[in-house]
Amino acid sequence: MLNIAVCVKQVPDTEARLSVAADKTRIEEQGISFILNPYDEHAVEEAIRLKEKQGGTVTVFCLGPARAEEAIRTALAMGADKAVHLADAAFGGGDEGTAAAALEKAIAGKSFDLVLAGRLAIDDASGQVGARLAEKLGWPHVTAVTRLAVEGREAVANREIDGGSQVVAVTLPAVITAQRGLNQPRYPKIPDIMKARRKEVAKVTPADLGLSGGEVGGAGAKGKVAGLAPAPGRSAGKVIAGEPADAARKVVGLLRDEAKVI
Amino acid sequence: MDFTIPQEYEILRKMVHDFVVERLDPISQKVEEEDEIPPEIIKEMAELGFFGLPFPEEYGGGAVSKLGYALFLEELGASSACFSNLIAPHVSLATSSVFIGGTEAQKQKYLPPMCAGEKLGAFALTEPNAGSDAANIETRAEKKGDKWILNGTKNWITNGSIADVVIVYALTDKNLRARGGITAFIVEKGFPGFRVGTVDVKMGLRGSHTAQLLFENCEVPEENVLGEVGMGFLTAMKVLDGGRIGLAAGAVGGAQRLLELSIQWANTRVQFGQPIANNQAIQWMLADMAMEIEAARLMTYKTAWKYDQGLKITRDAAMVKAFASEMACHVADKAVQIHGGIGYMREYPIERAYRDTRILKIYEGTNEIQRMIIARDLLKVGH
Ligand SMILES: Cc1cc2nc3c(=O)[nH]c(=O)nc-3n(C[C@H](O)[C@H](O)[C@H](O)COP(=O)(O)OP(=O)(O)OC[C@H]3O[C@@H](n4cnc5c(N)ncnc54)[C@H](O)[C@@H]3O)c2cc1C
Ligand SMILES: Cc1cc2nc3c(=O)[nH]c(=O)nc-3n(C[C@H](O)[C@H](O)[C@H](O)COP(=O)(O)OP(=O)(O)OC[C@H]3O[C@@H](n4cnc5c(N)ncnc54)[C@H](O)[C@@H]3O)c2cc1C
Repeated sequence: MLNIAVCVKQVPDTEARLSVAADKTRIEEQGISFILNPYDEHAVEEAIRLKEKQGGTVTVFCLGPARAEEAIRTALAMGADKAVHLADAAFGGGDEGTAAAALEKAIAGKSFDLVLAGRLAIDDASGQVGARLAEKLGWPHVTAVTRLAVEGREAVANREIDGGSQVVAVTLPAVITAQRGLNQPRYPKIPDIMKARRKEVAKVTPADLGLSGGEVGGAGAKGKVAGLAPAPGRSAGKVIAGEPADAARKVVGLLRDEAKVI
Repeated sequence: MDFTIPQEYEILRKMVHDFVVERLDPISQKVEEEDEIPPEIIKEMAELGFFGLPFPEEYGGGAVSKLGYALFLEELGASSACFSNLIAPHVSLATSSVFIGGTEAQKQKYLPPMCAGEKLGAFALTEPNAGSDAANIETRAEKKGDKWILNGTKNWITNGSIADVVIVYALTDKNLRARGGITAFIVEKGFPGFRVGTVDVKMGLRGSHTAQLLFENCEVPEENVLGEVGMGFLTAMKVLDGGRIGLAAGAVGGAQRLLELSIQWANTRVQFGQPIANNQAIQWMLADMAMEIEAARLMTYKTAWKYDQGLKITRDAAMVKAFASEMACHVADKAVQIHGGIGYMREYPIERAYRDTRILKIYEGTNEIQRMIIARDLLKVGH
């Protein structure tokens, strides 16, 4: 029996064309669709597989605005049992520290054996929340895991490192963050999508978690986004014609004199 | 007026979109060449609930509304038409016949395996001498003891050659015909006297098979009379009303895909030193495509919404069927035009879509028949 918490975030669709909002600190949300963060999808899948094998429960935790409920219900449709949504407006505008602090309050003391999360959220790509949450809980953590085995009170996790892989064993409870390759997330089945409407999604406020307004969201954040800019557009490439030997010489010349990279 | 799509249908749509892009698009060229959908893909679609989505949970369905079903077919329609031509006739026509016209015992027996995709359904109304004039069918059913004996031929029955369950519409009273003389029967593969004739060679829809079905003293047990004797025509008309929404939804999805491919092509194809998208001639084609798609989409959603409210949709369904199918043909023609020579080539999906789209104006009631239905209602109601 494993009681598993999975942290999920809703992020802009990978297919969406993003632009910067007028205040230059956020992306423009009008007209784009949002999805369950792809790394979190792996975390949800792994949690459900562990539950299917060993029994137990899967509870989804999500900090995000009202629209994020769609990501939560997607996880419930995949097979998670219930969810806790930190949806209060006061949670908004925070940083990795306030997110981890709020999640810790929601998760601690509920006899979870394991927390699974994505390696990072593809929107701001900081990759900190899983590790910070583990620190706050005082639990061991393994990040960017591509293979996970849980036996009794021990979890053995493989992580990819440069040129090889590392195997880390930790004692439960622990926090594990998912890397691509951990599994192939399932498509939610249509009847399960419909049934997920009836699953419990508890909405919690900072007060419910024993946090004051100053400890969450923008008010509690230690850093704030000062500016956001799109990546510079790529300029047209240069085609260098001629015999291979001449062309190679020209390329080297340009790399040295023009691009100044060699 | 609220145009928000319910959250569960956004999730459904996203799932189908991902499935289309990840599982169906990569094999659609192969399906075109081999004229066969791989069985493992059919199995996967069955497991995801594609074969039973609009039916109640108690029968193993997904409990999805007509709007949800339309959104599903819109997403599915983006890929090769053979996929929606596997699912829609099974769901909208065959399984719906059982759901709308069947007795409780028939629903309990047939709906769960049909919803699970374990038993594939076909809907057999059309005959060599009865296409648009469906009431003119000649297939006879006569009661002999506790059995019904069917004799006749059905033409162009989608999934007919692979179906496990065929809903066959037959004449039980020559004098009554549409007014109580037509009865539907549930015929299972293997019933004595039922066999599949020629499988048709078509303009398009490769991977989807239509076939002739032959009934030669075919024996059907009394309990396989769908609902009551004489109710067949009414069931068929109700089923076809609902089916038209699905056809329109698929047309919208297919056209949207062609629009997107055309935009991409127009932005990348360079002639006269610049992308062809810079020419107003191309821009206007794209704008016309988008306008017609949006109109058909809104008509589809509204008709689905009316259906879900339990309102009468006969005129709406006829309008959206005719409008969306003609829209799809206009869009396909422009997509070929924008692509130029490459749009005419087999190696590219545009040519396939152009052929596949043409059927939409013919089956499930030709567009002339739709206009007859619309006009009849207009002249009766006066507005
Ligand atoms: C690929 C494919 C799949 C099919 N799948 C199925 C299936 O699963 N089940 C099934 O039962 N059938 C199926 N059909 C049959 C389809 O529904 C018929 O082809 C359709 O209803 C038209 O009938 P018809 O072909 O006999 O044309 P006809 O009825 O002969 O019509 C020929 C032309 O005359 C026009 N016309 C006829 N009557 C009138 C009138 N009164 N006023 C004005 N114009 C008129 C028609 O609009 C059409 O343009 C399928 C057909 C095809 C091609
Ligand atoms: C079956 C077949 C047989 C053929 N046989 C021959 C042959 O025997 N000999 C031969 O030489 N060629 C042949 N062709 C090539 C044919 O002539 C070209 O396909 C045709 O000229 C269009 O060129 P394209 O396909 O490159 O389209 P593109 O020129 O890329 O055009 C794509 C689209 O952009 C539009 N467009 C382009 N420029 C403008 C503009 N300035 N303003 C507005 N719209 C514009 C076009 O009208 C078209 O809609 C053949 C093609 C086919 C499909």
